[in-house]
Amino acid sequence: MDWEIVIGLETHVELATRTKIFCSCTTEFGGAPNTHCCPICTGMPGTLPVMNKRVLEYAAKACLALNCEITRYCKFDRKNYFYPDLPKAYQISQLYLPIGRNGKVPIQVGQEEKIIRIHELHMEEDAGKLVHDNWIDQTRADYNRCGVPLIEIVTEPDFRSADEVIAYLEKLRSTLEYLGVSDCKMQEGSLRCDVNLSVRPMGSSELGTRTEMKNLNSFKAIARAIRYEARRQQELIEMDHKQVVQETRRWDENKDASFSMRSKENAQDYRYFPEPDIPPMELSEDYLADLRAGLPEMAQARQQRYVREFGLPAYDAELLTGTRALADFFEATVALGVPPKEVSNWMMAELLRTLKEKGIEAKNMALTPGTLAAIIKMVSDGKLNRSTASQVFSAVFDDDADPVAYVKAHGLEQISDAGLVEETVRTVLAANAAQVAEYRSGKQKVFGFLVGQCMRALKGKADPKVVNRTLREQLDR
Amino acid sequence: MKITEEMVDYVSALSRLKLPLEEKTRMTGELEQIIGYMDILNQLDTTDIEPMSHTFPVKNVLREDVVEPSFPREALLANAPAPDGESYLVPKTVE
Repeated sequence: MDWEIVIGLETHVELATRTKIFCSCTTEFGGAPNTHCCPICTGMPGTLPVMNKRVLEYAAKACLALNCEITRYCKFDRKNYFYPDLPKAYQISQLYLPIGRNGKVPIQVGQEEKIIRIHELHMEEDAGKLVHDNWIDQTRADYNRCGVPLIEIVTEPDFRSADEVIAYLEKLRSTLEYLGVSDCKMQEGSLRCDVNLSVRPMGSSELGTRTEMKNLNSFKAIARAIRYEARRQQELIEMDHKQVVQETRRWDENKDASFSMRSKENAQDYRYFPEPDIPPMELSEDYLADLRAGLPEMAQARQQRYVREFGLPAYDAELLTGTRALADFFEATVALGVPPKEVSNWMMAELLRTLKEKGIEAKNMALTPGTLAAIIKMVSDGKLNRSTASQVFSAVFDDDADPVAYVKAHGLEQISDAGLVEETVRTVLAANAAQVAEYRSGKQKVFGFLVGQCMRALKGKADPKVVNRTLREQLDR
Repeated sequence: MKITEEMVDYVSALSRLKLPLEEKTRMTGELEQIIGYMDILNQLDTTDIEPMSHTFPVKNVLREDVVEPSFPREALLANAPAPDGESYLVPKTVE
C-alpha cells in the first residue's frame, strides 16, 4: 500500500530581547547556574510580573511577516502543571487569545510552490533546564532560562514530506533572522521544533493517529526522525496489524530511533485560566502600521533585486542573502562604489570560505565593508595582484586592519616597473635555456613553468598579465 | 453542580495533594459550596455584557527592555530544601 505522511509542526523560537519576558533579568545564554534569576522568574510568592514591551513588538512583527491575522485585544493565560523545570508550577502562555492566527508561509521544494498555513502564533515564557546527576542520582534545576521570551508557531498539518518541513524551517529561520527578532540558533536551543506526525493510505482524507516527537535539535535530526517515525507507523499498521498509539516520543540521535516518553492516557489537563497578573494588551492600528512600515526587505525580495538590479546570477544572490548580516555587508560594500559582481566574487570565495574555516557567523565578524572595498580597489588600480590580495584579505580579516597600511608595511605592492619585469624575464630565460628551446620547438606546455619561475623571481608581486605578455614577447622574438 | 468524591480525587491528583479521608469529605462539601456560588452568578442575565478577564479596566502595562541586576544566588537558594550551592536539587525526573 502507498502511504501518505501528514505532519504539523510546533516551533518554539526564543526572542532576541535583552531581558526576560516578565522581569529585568538578562536573557544572555550561558552564565553560571541560577545567576540570571530573581524572585519573579523563580516564582516567589507575592511578586508581580510586568510584560516586556519588546516581546510584544517582536511577536507582532513575526505575525506580520508570517501573514497572520493579529488579535487586536490579546491576553495571557495560566497553564498549570507540576514539573521541576517550572518553579511557579504554571507557565504564563496564551490559549484563548493568541496574538496571531491564520498565517501563511509560502515555501518552495524543487520547482513546486506550496503554502503552509499557520494555525496560531502565541507568546509564552521558557522553562528552566534540568540536568540529571547520575553520581548523586538527583536532578539539578537551573532557572536561568526561566522566563526567557518565546513565540510558539503552530502550523496546520500541511506537510507531506521531510523536505517540505526543512524548507519551511529554513524560511522561518531566515524570516525571523531578517526581522531581527531571534538569532534562531538551534545549537543554543533558540529554535526548537516538535513534530506531529501521522500516516494514512494515499488518497484518504481522514487523519491517522499522530505521535509527537521532541528533542529535535538540528535540521538533520528532524529529517531523520521524520523518516524513522513514518516507517515505524507504517510497519506497525501494515506488518503488525496494530494501531498507532497517541503519545509523545523522544528522538535519540545517537541511537537513530525514537522512544515513547509518557503515554497520554492521562490526557493532560492544564486547567488553563486567564492570567490575573498581566493586564490585557491592545494593539492599535497606529502601532501596527508603524511596525508594518518598519519591516525589513526579506531574503527572497533581496535575491530577486540582486538579480534584477545588479545582474548577479541567481545562485550568487541566494548565497549572499543566506543571512541578513551577509546581505547587509554585500549592499554596504556595493554602496562604496565597488562593482557588485566583484563584491559577490570576493564574498562567495574568500569571505564565505574564511567564515566556514573559522567557524564564525557573518554577524560576528570584525571585517567591515570599507576594508573589503579597499582591497578590491587596490586590485582594480593595479596596486595589488589578485593572489596577493587574497593573502592580504586573510591577514586583515580577524581584526579588520587597514589593508593599505598592511600592503605598505609588508612591501606587497604590485611591481609596476616594466623595466624590472623585462629584466627578470631575461634572467629567467637565460637560466632555463633547455625549457626555452623546448618551447621554441613547439612544446607550449613549458610556458606555464616559465611564468612560474618569473613570478617566483618577482616574489609573486607582479601583475601576471604583464609577466605573461613580456615573457611571450621575449620568447617569440 | 454536584461535586463527587471522584472529582476531588482528580483535582487533588492534578494538584499533587494527598488528602486523608476526612479532609476529602470536608473538601467535597466546601467545593460544592464554592461551585454553588457560581450557580447563583449564572442565574444573572449577562446577554449584553462583554466578557472580561480582569476586574480592572487596565491594559498595556509594559516595561522597557532594560537589564537590571539579578538576585544574589545564595539569597535565592536560601529557602530551597536541597540546594547544592549552585542549583536546586530535585528528585530524579528524567523519564
